Amino acid sequence: MKYPVLITALSLLVALLFALSLVVGVIEVGPLESLAALVRDSDGPLSMVMREIRLPRAFLGIMVGVSLGLSGAAMQGYLRNPLAEPGVIGISASAALGAVIALQSGFSALFALALPLSALAGAAACVLLILLLAGRGGGTLSLILAGIAVSALASALTALVLNLSPNPFAANEIVFWMMGSLADRSFLHVWTALPVMTVGWLLLSLTGRGLDRLTLGEEAAASMGVNLRRLRLILVAGVAASVGAATAVAGAVGFVGLVIPHILRPLVGARPARLLLASALGGAALVLAADVAVRLILPGRDLKLGVLMALVGAPVFFHLIWRMRGQP
Amino acid sequence: MSLLTVQDLTVRRGSRATLDQASFSIAPGEFVGLIGPNGAGKSTLLRAALGLIPAAGRSSLARLSPAARPKAAAWLPQAREIAWPVSVAHLVSLAQNENQNAPEVIAALNRMDLMAYAQRPATGLSGGEQARVLIARALAQDTPLLLADEPTAGLDPAHQIGTMQTFATLASEGRGVIASLHDLGLAARHCTRLIVISEGRIVADGAPRNVLTETLLAEVFAIRCLLSDTPEGLVVQPLAQLSKP
Repeated sequence: MKYPVLITALSLLVALLFALSLVVGVIEVGPLESLAALVRDSDGPLSMVMREIRLPRAFLGIMVGVSLGLSGAAMQGYLRNPLAEPGVIGISASAALGAVIALQSGFSALFALALPLSALAGAAACVLLILLLAGRGGGTLSLILAGIAVSALASALTALVLNLSPNPFAANEIVFWMMGSLADRSFLHVWTALPVMTVGWLLLSLTGRGLDRLTLGEEAAASMGVNLRRLRLILVAGVAASVGAATAVAGAVGFVGLVIPHILRPLVGARPARLLLASALGGAALVLAADVAVRLILPGRDLKLGVLMALVGAPVFFHLIWRMRGQP
Repeated sequence: MSLLTVQDLTVRRGSRATLDQASFSIAPGEFVGLIGPNGAGKSTLLRAALGLIPAAGRSSLARLSPAARPKAAAWLPQAREIAWPVSVAHLVSLAQNENQNAPEVIAALNRMDLMAYAQRPATGLSGGEQARVLIARALAQDTPLLLADEPTAGLDPAHQIGTMQTFATLASEGRGVIASLHDLGLAARHCTRLIVISEGRIVADGAPRNVLTETLLAEVFAIRCLLSDTPEGLVVQPLAQLSKP
């Protein structure tokens, strides 16, 4: 498939799923009536529901999906490993730790943005720790090792907080938050996450040239003028900003960053730079679709987005591995 | 005018000098073979000259800005890495800002006899074909100087000779090439000049016939060789390993 055609098709898919996300919900109203209520004040609560509940939820679906898909493609390109994902460098685990501490300490109840801001602080701490551990060079191996170490530490500390949790309600809240969801979010979340994510997206969009050249290995890329140290810094900062903000508003949502680049890679001729935009759109489509699905499959039971994603994502991944058998 | 000038280049790993005060320069038209046993410092010398690893001393390439260096020299690393199944044409075009129609890209594909493979995924090719694709990428950079680390390793005899002839042609067109080599026969036959490195030091530098002597081969490589001037040129055939005294 030609690249412009693919991008157009993915954009249309995202637009379609965005509209679908707006018209699916608890209130039983026709789709046209719902969309009309967005722009025109309706009798009753429909306009309020559309503007204050469904619209921010759909926006967050796109934002979280773009962040996870784009970060996944960038990480895989940088590490030259199709099994890499944003979680590899510990950003999501650290953001989750920040949020968990906020939930546990009661800080999250103080003001509406306390939880996402704590998660962002966790992601920022992770970046500093990784860059400190990985050293000044531009190597990928030191980055991955630092990421695994930070990730393990953050998971252990999260488990410790749960372990020592004095009341079961806080523990319950933490566990549910960690499953990842877009339910009951508001525009406050959108406006908190969007600036941080935008910075992350812009940074990651700068990595394309370097990622393409890294196909030839680090030495060849360096000899062709790629500044590996700068590339790594931009990549880590970009992934931290986008995935940190995504985790801050939606909790831990896995598999998007792993599966989406994997599925789309053959469609962009395996070129890492082209995979960035394609995966951003693909990620948005997947998160929107999954968020519609959680509302349709078990309405009223609050099926968590992260749970559904793992339930769908893992078999998709099995299939991919199955197909890869026998190939070199 | 020289394409590369290296002065007292030294690389230390711990207390040991893996490269010890190397000095030489390469002029246009030269195809320099860098020979020496395993661990002598051939790759270290090439990398340090390019500025890929920190080194003491001076190298005219390492002094250039990172933006200017890719225009001055192309580098063909020993590790033949192709991470993704991108097309051959795309891989080669990385040397020319992904412009697959650039004349340099087309010329490199033609020179390495790869036009028929241009749209195939590079990872699906055989090892020897991949090696040719990577050489084509370096050629497409269209630089006055090419540095190659064991470019003939793992190639069949025909492609070894083909690669050496390609480099010799580049040199005859007025470019410079320096390649580390293990095959003394190929080095003697195709290179215009040989630099011999042993335990981090340059121990000989000159025309193949002057450098390759029985004494040097015994001391540096610990081998006994048949050296013969034939109508086809100098022939070097290693015969036996010498036990080190």
